[in-house]
Amino acid sequence: MYFETLVGAVFPLTHPGHYFHWHFINVSYGNIVVIVLMVVAFVAALVAPFPGRGRRGGHR
Amino acid sequence: MTTQHDISRQWTTRARHGLLSALPADKLLPDGQPTYVASWIYVFGVATVSALVMVIATGCVLAIYGPTWWHVSSIGHFVNSLHLWSVEVFFFAMIVHLWGKFFMAAWRGGRALTWMTGGVTFLTSIGAGLTGYVSQTNFDAQWIATQAKDGINSTGIGSVFNLLDLGQMLMWHIVLLPLAAVALTGLHVLMVRVKGVVPPFATETEHHHG
Repeated sequence: MYFETLVGAVFPLTHPGHYFHWHFINVSYGNIVVIVLMVVAFVAALVAPFPGRGRRGGHR
Repeated sequence: MTTQHDISRQWTTRARHGLLSALPADKLLPDGQPTYVASWIYVFGVATVSALVMVIATGCVLAIYGPTWWHVSSIGHFVNSLHLWSVEVFFFAMIVHLWGKFFMAAWRGGRALTWMTGGVTFLTSIGAGLTGYVSQTNFDAQWIATQAKDGINSTGIGSVFNLLDLGQMLMWHIVLLPLAAVALTGLHVLMVRVKGVVPPFATETEHHHG
């Protein structure tokens, strides 16, 4: 119960959602957070070193 | 009398030879991958498949016990949440996989069918997501169904796909769309095994000139 109260205080789920609205673009802030996280994961996947890359032998 | 020539013309014989030449066992389950596959961007495809396995497994548990269980019991809530969050991971990983493959132009080298099966799997998954939201049997499902029906009706498929029909939406969600998504994913993965993982641009150029 304490956990639900804590989460509810940070993310009030009983209220209407908040939206970013600019001209025809209308996106909830929750979706914006997910989109930003996907971009971060995409960029990190390109630049982060892959473990064992130097040691591994491949077919080519 | 059946001759060797007759046997070699049987559809089972021809299908076996065709399948084995397109996808021999060492291509279906290879020992290693090219060195360029050692990058995090190649992880998101298999992450999507892993999330799909979790989606199907938790969906089967929800199907065993039913809506009352997932609405009122703690363990039901937990499995319901696992189903939702594995879907979130599924779409998250699939979008990053899509971006990666788009910028690699992964349809190169005769991989058009791989690219297209991926695209159709994405569209099928969106349908599975929508029918899942309206199959929850709660006020959220009712709200989403009444909000989405006008958009669906404007596409012209409303006469055969009625968002307000819970029975129809539930069966699309737990029979037709999962079958399509799993079959398309299977075909997509088989196409990757047949054609191999798309090489980077530089490697492909070296390959052609070398």
